[in-house]
Amino acid sequence: MTTVEEAPAVGFGSHPRVEDARFIRGRGNYVDDVQLPGMLHSAVLRSPYAHARIVSIDTSAAEAHPKVKGVITGAILDTLKLAWMPTLSYDTQAVLATDKVRFQGQEVAFVIAEDRYSARDALELIEVEYEPLPVVADAKKALDPGAPVIRDDKEGKTDNHIFDWEAGDAAKTDAAFANAEVVVSEDVLYPRSHPAPLETCGVVADMDKVTGKLTLWSNNQAPHAHRTVYALVAGLPEQKIRVISPDIGGGFGNKVPIYPGYVCAIVGSIVTGKPVKWMEDRSENLISTGFARDYHMHGEIAATRDGKILATRVNVLADHGAFNGVAQPTKYPSGFFHIFTGSYDYPASYCQVTAVYTNKAPGGVAYACSFRITEAVYLIERMVDVLARKLNMDPAELRMRNLLRPEQFPYTTPTGWEYDSGDYPRALTEAMRIAGYDQLRAEQAAKRERGEHMGIGLSFFTEGVGAGPRKHMDILGLGMADGAELRVHPTGKAVVRISVQSQGQGHETTYAQIVSHELGLPVVDIEVVHGDTDQTPFGLGTYGSRSTPVSGAATAMVARKVRERAKIVAAAMLEVSVDDLEWEQGRWFVRGDREKGKTIQEIALAAHSSLELPEGIEGHLDATCVYNPPNLTYPFGAYICVVDVDPGTGQVKVRRFIAVDDCGTRINPMIVEGQIHGGLADGVGMALMQVMAFDPDGNHLAASFMDYLLPTSLECPSWELGQTVTPSPHHPIGAKGVGESATVGSPAAVVNAVIDALAPFGVGHIDMPLTPANVWSAIQGRPLRTDMALE
Amino acid sequence: MQITVRVNGEAHTRDVEPRLLLVHFLRDELGLTGTHWGCDTSNCGVCTALVDSKPVKSCTMLAVMADGRDVRTVEGLEQGGALDPIQQGFAKCHGLQCGFCTPGMMITTRALLDENPHPTEQEIRVAISGNLCRCTGYENIVRAVRWASENPAASEHPAEEVSA
Repeated sequence: MTTVEEAPAVGFGSHPRVEDARFIRGRGNYVDDVQLPGMLHSAVLRSPYAHARIVSIDTSAAEAHPKVKGVITGAILDTLKLAWMPTLSYDTQAVLATDKVRFQGQEVAFVIAEDRYSARDALELIEVEYEPLPVVADAKKALDPGAPVIRDDKEGKTDNHIFDWEAGDAAKTDAAFANAEVVVSEDVLYPRSHPAPLETCGVVADMDKVTGKLTLWSNNQAPHAHRTVYALVAGLPEQKIRVISPDIGGGFGNKVPIYPGYVCAIVGSIVTGKPVKWMEDRSENLISTGFARDYHMHGEIAATRDGKILATRVNVLADHGAFNGVAQPTKYPSGFFHIFTGSYDYPASYCQVTAVYTNKAPGGVAYACSFRITEAVYLIERMVDVLARKLNMDPAELRMRNLLRPEQFPYTTPTGWEYDSGDYPRALTEAMRIAGYDQLRAEQAAKRERGEHMGIGLSFFTEGVGAGPRKHMDILGLGMADGAELRVHPTGKAVVRISVQSQGQGHETTYAQIVSHELGLPVVDIEVVHGDTDQTPFGLGTYGSRSTPVSGAATAMVARKVRERAKIVAAAMLEVSVDDLEWEQGRWFVRGDREKGKTIQEIALAAHSSLELPEGIEGHLDATCVYNPPNLTYPFGAYICVVDVDPGTGQVKVRRFIAVDDCGTRINPMIVEGQIHGGLADGVGMALMQVMAFDPDGNHLAASFMDYLLPTSLECPSWELGQTVTPSPHHPIGAKGVGESATVGSPAAVVNAVIDALAPFGVGHIDMPLTPANVWSAIQGRPLRTDMALE
Repeated sequence: MQITVRVNGEAHTRDVEPRLLLVHFLRDELGLTGTHWGCDTSNCGVCTALVDSKPVKSCTMLAVMADGRDVRTVEGLEQGGALDPIQQGFAKCHGLQCGFCTPGMMITTRALLDENPHPTEQEIRVAISGNLCRCTGYENIVRAVRWASENPAASEHPAEEVSA
């Protein structure tokens, strides 16, 4: 286990986190901590119906409340052409409903008041008359003839179809299936889930009417992208918008989109001339903001009798809710789902995805999903276990037989991704070594003899993270490349300004370490500035594990530019040619005369002095860089989960979880391990507890933490981590993204372990979450549908 | 209603609405924003504060119920410029990431160690089971508490490495 005691003063290693000094003292600055003079508060009135026409809205009683400063409705926004806003997928979303409501919890009116309690009081005074409409709660019924049309706001729309998308070679795949010795198939649901960061979404909007400057404190993961969208949507000049992402209490993709409350708070500040704070409560967060998953998948594998995979084929029904609000690169309507080919070597694959509208909240791409790689990994890893069961083969042996071999990298998958580097068998071998795999199987056999139900589950994942390159990847036309700016002050201290925003990732520490590694400055001498569009260069933000692969690379590259400038200054100081200089950590010295050299601190002072520099060389010591990644980085890992299942109650106990991750170079191993721990807890939660189910009327059945169950310290085992290190060949420091790896890789291991435990009962698959009720019902031979309440 | 609450050793008298939640009293009336608000239903624990040395979820307690009582928040952990061992443990063992659950976690575990200076791992896990964390998977929080239990005198030594 890595501890801060190993921390070096310079460069990579488990350096203690700079940001902890304020957090352990309760001195973080989250958006709800922002207090401005004269600030007003607000609250959103939401629809109780999943689908209903709005007949009338009467706000007069609310407006008469003595502490209310204004009530905004869709009709008012309509006069400003702001009743609808674009989503990040070129669809539209209602800011406040004008014609009808399309999901339970949809925003209907916005009250601004002197304090947060009065704003809530006033919601009770608004009278809305609804005319309920038939509801599409079940994605499987969305395309039925005669299904109610949810998006009748779209001209000519006569059904609930959003898009069809495909990848791979259908004919080649069909041929492989036609000739296969063995074919397995399974319906696999990745149910609707929610990231549920402990800090809900919120904003403080402050429009200064004198300067015309709008300042937004908003806990979002992409401040620059938000600023540009506000400029485009509201017609405000972009230089007059400042988006500050202060400390953020967890994001996990929930804080990427722009939510109606943000737009309303801006309008509220413009209307009242005062700063307006909007902070949603927990129920609002769960029922209305970006959900995750909701992929109904049908997977098939063709294989030989001795366990060589030949082809995979997948059909997906994707539930996108009432507005297509997925946040992902434009050209990829199903995200990076085509990576469902997994970590295995076979020639043919095909997938087809159909996306539909339902009367549920918009979203889909969130919760550490790496743009749908979560769903892809879960599917292929579940299917490989289905194949292993069919062939009566050990799932570890089946995986080992099919894993890509190190010499095959860079490897192009049947659906077109180029995996950059990997040594997969090494990672799986290491996980099996830590687990004591053979002993575990022996223990399981002995327990089965005694009628005890222990299960061992494996998963092997490959992720593609770090979007762009920008020629392939953009969001609303904004290319996915990120900037960095670095300035070394005369005294040899530095400030680096980055485009990405931390939600707990520890950027203030790790980005200082990157600069430290490149320039030899102590970590404590480097200030990292982030989360403020007026102070940082443009970039697309932190999600999809893209900070280290993109912005981390930009930081390394800008430090190298500074190092090269320092070389010229050092040559002038030493009166030698730049060609005679060599770099060692923190100084340039004359080749062959190590004593003769200048430290980066001496060079920084000289760069700001009257020292004469060569023609064309500007003084000072700074640089800027925009990093456009040549490819994604492809982290991978091997996970093993051990569970005990009580067949009498259906209770699952996760006894052990072994995770071997390979994310290339680890900048700060302590932080990397911490992120993996968190992702593993997500996997246990997703596999065993978390689900957003609905009843046939579209009522949300997980609208609080009493119903939406998150893993606590008691459901989580003590995680057992291992690592292998296969650097990315195209990243300047060899690093790959890791923030989502464990969330992506772990659910399949947990589910596979439970299904393995239930083999004596003939249970071949159960959809997540494997709650006691679901497990018990499966044992009884009556599996439940987990995403819908019983009709 | 007029109430007087001792918070971190200092008495505060305020005229408050009877319905005002303790968490909003601490945050909005006293400006002690280290105590967070997260769920409304006592499930998440980010609002945990000590009331007469017992951890309570301050989102489900009225401010008027704290009248005449002693409240301790995260801002009261540091004493005389020295960090509490719990604070040091969280920093040393990487027991926090986004920092949002951290004040509640530290308050809960401070109360645990006050009652049980040498808890087992299972006792630590039971103690924090009413406090959710979405970042750490609880592993390093357990380690942080164990570190604090093994270093009870740490507060006598100001920790330079976690100074601002």
